[in-house]
Amino acid sequence: MMDPMLPHTAVVRAIKSETYGISTFSLEYTEPHVLVGFVPGQFNMIHLPGFGEVAISICSDPNAPRVMGHTIRYAGSVTRAIGRLKVGDTVGMRGPYGNPWPMQLAKGKDLMIVSGGIGLAPLRPVILEVLHHRASFGRVLLLYGGRTPQDLLYTDEFEAWQDGGIELNVSVDRADENWKGQVGVIPMAFYRIRLDHRNTLVFSCGPEIMMRFVIYESMARRIPKDAIYVSMERNMKCAIGFCGHCQLGPLFICKQGPVFRFSTIEPFFGKEEF
Amino acid sequence: MVGATAPRVSATVILPKPALQRVLDNLRESGFQLIGPTVRDGAVILDAIQHISELPIGWTLEQTAGSSRLLRGRSSDYFGFNVGPHSWKRYLFPPRSDLLKANRNGEEWTFEPVLDESAPYAFIGVRPCDLHAIAIQDDVFANGNVSDPRYGHRRERAFIMAANCNTAAETCFCTSMNTGPRAHSGFDLALTELSDSFVIEIGSEAGSNVLAGVDWQPAGAFDLGRVTQITQRTERQIQRQVTTSDLPQLLYDRIDHPYWDTIGARCLACANCTSVCPTCFCSTIEDSSNLTGVETMRTRVWDSCFILDFSHVNGGNSRPAIKSRFRQWMTHKLGAWIDQFGRSGCVGCGRCIAWCPVGIDITEELSTLRSQGTR
Repeated sequence: MMDPMLPHTAVVRAIKSETYGISTFSLEYTEPHVLVGFVPGQFNMIHLPGFGEVAISICSDPNAPRVMGHTIRYAGSVTRAIGRLKVGDTVGMRGPYGNPWPMQLAKGKDLMIVSGGIGLAPLRPVILEVLHHRASFGRVLLLYGGRTPQDLLYTDEFEAWQDGGIELNVSVDRADENWKGQVGVIPMAFYRIRLDHRNTLVFSCGPEIMMRFVIYESMARRIPKDAIYVSMERNMKCAIGFCGHCQLGPLFICKQGPVFRFSTIEPFFGKEEF
Repeated sequence: MVGATAPRVSATVILPKPALQRVLDNLRESGFQLIGPTVRDGAVILDAIQHISELPIGWTLEQTAGSSRLLRGRSSDYFGFNVGPHSWKRYLFPPRSDLLKANRNGEEWTFEPVLDESAPYAFIGVRPCDLHAIAIQDDVFANGNVSDPRYGHRRERAFIMAANCNTAAETCFCTSMNTGPRAHSGFDLALTELSDSFVIEIGSEAGSNVLAGVDWQPAGAFDLGRVTQITQRTERQIQRQVTTSDLPQLLYDRIDHPYWDTIGARCLACANCTSVCPTCFCSTIEDSSNLTGVETMRTRVWDSCFILDFSHVNGGNSRPAIKSRFRQWMTHKLGAWIDQFGRSGCVGCGRCIAWCPVGIDITEELSTLRSQGTR
């Protein structure tokens, strides 16, 4: 019986502490026959028996798909239990699922990646993919914001990203005495950059309120609605369109998303409590 | 004797009412578990049955917004009622079903599927609206890119004996949703009840086979005329009309309408409507572990968009207000469903109207929203 709800055993290969309450878990399927391979923007369902299952974006390099990274914030009962795992422990995993970032469309174009907080996780594979094929893309900008300098993810990689030809614009809402970068919410960063609106794609993931302003600022700079992509988050129990939890109007976030072209999602995006 | 052989598929035959028992016996002897309507606790519910005497013979249901009453009917019809709170989804998509078991051996978790080993079901007396509801759940669980093997296993083996409606409740609106009161496809047998006999359309080979050895006669022009008359009479009884031509856009245009506040103030978020709805398919998954923690069962359980926890996301909830949850249910059922699956999620059975404890009527709310315009 081909059972889409059945997880496969995956082992924790590495755990990297990112910031307070957020770590990246590298997981690998133990059975060699499980097909691997994912594209940037996809997610896995991670099951810890007795606690439950959560949808987590894959944050690692799609060119090395055997071991997949998952940056997890300890927010609920399942993620807190995952936080107690050690290297060598096992979990259940199924996936990858979901509609990815349109990497093919971005080829030959400028790419603006805008993210806030843990929203950088599903965009990290985009960055790594760009670094592998840097010549295929035009200008690549990363606008990244966190609440405080301590909340920023992957800071140890920033230098390599910059060396690889990605323009970094990092800002925090509240600085501390050591912060030498920008201060202010992410949409403010738009005022520091110039964009070629005819040739730019925007990929954004972060809190919905942030994405709303990213869309607003992008459109104010004449970037068309179908050149703006956002990754959405909703409660998810199955990831295959059965459980009904992730619906947004006619859209199932798990099947048609989590990455949506803004023009597709516009009638239902930002509606209060929809 | 004609009945010694099986009638051909798509033929129409006539059968004395008590001979239905023989059909049920044939089904049971073929290994089917019979599920049919029966009277319990002042309602018509669905349960395992063996004998025609367990059917709600002589009973009818009087239903209005917020009310369903079991009454003695004027006749001794076997199927002289419409629909009770149960629908066939409780068998094809059960309220609780085990999906898989996780076992821990040392540090290693392994996972094994739990197979459904129940006997195939024979559904006795499926209303035309409910036939459509089954087809709608097929869209969700069986006809997509990914299919649910447990649903498929139960569904493929199920035998369906439909019962055309010879009466309508005040809550019925199948004529607006094009789902009744007469079944046209999706059954193995379809019954129309006359005073002392059943006219039966043979919908499949399986339907034909269970009539072997049963005392049937070919239906004549008079019998077929009676079937048409009964259908027309039932259609005339249906007073409730719903306009659907402007859906789903009508609802998309009113996402921000203040009228949702009015409905939200009445709705108790009890989830009765989603439980009785024959098409609502939302579910959640529960883990239950044994005391040593080395064995965990994962169970799929009906869920409802009216439950607060349904829309929990890390850092909050996407639909904290009851009005937002009602809007989700109604906008999905009557609107978004059309975009998702190419047909409405509503079959016009009226269950959500009858079983709403505060008498919220989805058809009336739709008319009100329409008359109020977009705001």
